[in-house]
Amino acid sequence: MAMDMLDTVTLTTGKSERPPRRRRGMSGWHFVLAPIALLFVIPFAQMIMASFSPASELVKFPPPFVPSRFTLDSFIALFSTTDVLVWLLNSMVVSVIAIVAHIILCSLAGYGFARLHFRGRNVGFFMIVATIMIPTQLLMIPTYVMFSKLGVINTLAAAFVPWLASAFGIFLMRQFFLSIPQEIEEAAALDGANRLQTFLRVVLPLAKPAIATLAIFTLLSSWNDLIWPLIAINDDSIFTVQLGIANFQSTRRTQWDLLMAANVIATAPLVLFFLFAQKQFVQTMTMSGMKG
Amino acid sequence: MTMTTRDTTTAPSDAPDDDRVPVAKAPERRRRRWLLRNDLAGWAFVGPAMIIILGLSIFPAAWAFILSLQKWNGFAPPEFIGGENYSQLMSDAEFWEAVTHTGVYVVLFVPASVLMGLFLAVALNRNIRFVGLYRTAIFVPFVASAAATGILSTYLFSPQYGLANNALRTAGLPAQGWLEDPQQAMLVIAIMSLWGQAAFTTVIYLAALQDIPNELLEAARIDGANPWQTFWRIVWPELGPVTVFVTIWQTITALQLFDLVYTTTRGGPLDATKTIVYFLWEKAFKTLEFGYGSAAAYVLFAVTLLITVGMVIYARSRKMEAF
Repeated sequence: MAMDMLDTVTLTTGKSERPPRRRRGMSGWHFVLAPIALLFVIPFAQMIMASFSPASELVKFPPPFVPSRFTLDSFIALFSTTDVLVWLLNSMVVSVIAIVAHIILCSLAGYGFARLHFRGRNVGFFMIVATIMIPTQLLMIPTYVMFSKLGVINTLAAAFVPWLASAFGIFLMRQFFLSIPQEIEEAAALDGANRLQTFLRVVLPLAKPAIATLAIFTLLSSWNDLIWPLIAINDDSIFTVQLGIANFQSTRRTQWDLLMAANVIATAPLVLFFLFAQKQFVQTMTMSGMKG
Repeated sequence: MTMTTRDTTTAPSDAPDDDRVPVAKAPERRRRRWLLRNDLAGWAFVGPAMIIILGLSIFPAAWAFILSLQKWNGFAPPEFIGGENYSQLMSDAEFWEAVTHTGVYVVLFVPASVLMGLFLAVALNRNIRFVGLYRTAIFVPFVASAAATGILSTYLFSPQYGLANNALRTAGLPAQGWLEDPQQAMLVIAIMSLWGQAAFTTVIYLAALQDIPNELLEAARIDGANPWQTFWRIVWPELGPVTVFVTIWQTITALQLFDLVYTTTRGGPLDATKTIVYFLWEKAFKTLEFGYGSAAAYVLFAVTLLITVGMVIYARSRKMEAF
């Protein structure tokens, strides 16, 4: 089960060698792993407990880890006093647009750089790869000025436009397309398909694992981004969920029940998605490490 | 390519008496059209993404450099001041403090995250019961945003109500100031970064461990090596390139620390957690010094490049090919 998780990591290389299987049973490693796993879970557990806790119990001394009763008060207060649902919706819009655009633009470009022969290809690809080294902090100021001039600052577009395509995405897709045997496309071409048809009907269906990686990569980065929305958006109603909770925090410094409820709302979508598609997430993390 | 060379060897194309022309010209024209069509097809595929990368990476990067040579608040006409922003940065005590704080964080975070990833990967790379559960527990924090992690940290490390001080009190130890103590704030941020990002180095090392040929480990076992010797003599050298890579990667990430600072300490207490990116964000978007902020961003870029190149050269000299 979980052991298989990493076998898919060898997405492009195709070799997958498992470690020697040992007999399942008691192992000294449990004494190492169980406490560590517990340490990793405790912060989340505390966050969830606090979010379902009556506010009065969190400021008791010492506060109990498990509340005496579970209540939805903090969530009700959160929904009625803030736009958190709007923020969630905004984040979803940003992430969905980012993912769809990434899949379309990066797979097209990745295929072009991997398979098509045209003048300027190497120069173009070199430029793309060179931008991987540029830290986003370098781009923030001019992008802010540019977006202000175009009048998109403080709109949802400002939040998603920087996520439409990325050098990493193009690079990832190109590497994948290079690993597909060329004969498959040649066969399609012999059958009279043009480049676009070959790409859409033959190549793209094979690219599902790479597309899943790309989608998760884009989801993680666009959903969790804070600094760019912080710069580009001022209006409460256009906040992404990360900006929303950060802003909410500055107004409710120690109302832990509300803050933790907001945290749960902002974190739950990706955590649930992770538990559901752990294999693909792990693969994405491995691949995003390979981009160097 | 071959066409162009043939083009020059054939006679001037409009020579009327050359009867070879119609024969040679037709395929050439067809070939030209074919080339052009290929160019168009190619650029149709890569063009849209290229426009975005050009417009949102290359163009702003170039513009940022021009900005860094100007004094500009976004409203008044920009004033060209040459390298003055850079020289001002070099003598700006606040900037050097930000560099120092970032350095402290790099030193706290990078070695710990690499060693922890290695340790966890070795521990998790076995087929024991519950290993899937352990992995999930260690990996889940990775998807939590830095903003959420920061807010959670302020709770866990709250001096009055936080879990950390409760644990200390229960153990009979004195409570700490944590994020409110200038001596400890960066440590808390590093600990919470580790919590959130341990998964990354672990996953990379796990993949690398599974790439080590089984025969190597078998051979060592047959030669009578114990697990400890096998690890240091076989596994560790095999992991060399990956270690170089994750060290560089984590250093680059650490140099860009911002979100977690923003949602925990806002650079405080007493500026103890003000990092380079926090400094440049404040300069650019709080006091609207676009030129000065851009100069700080270029210094960050230069430092990142230098460290990366330095580590690659060091790795090459030690015969570890990371790239």
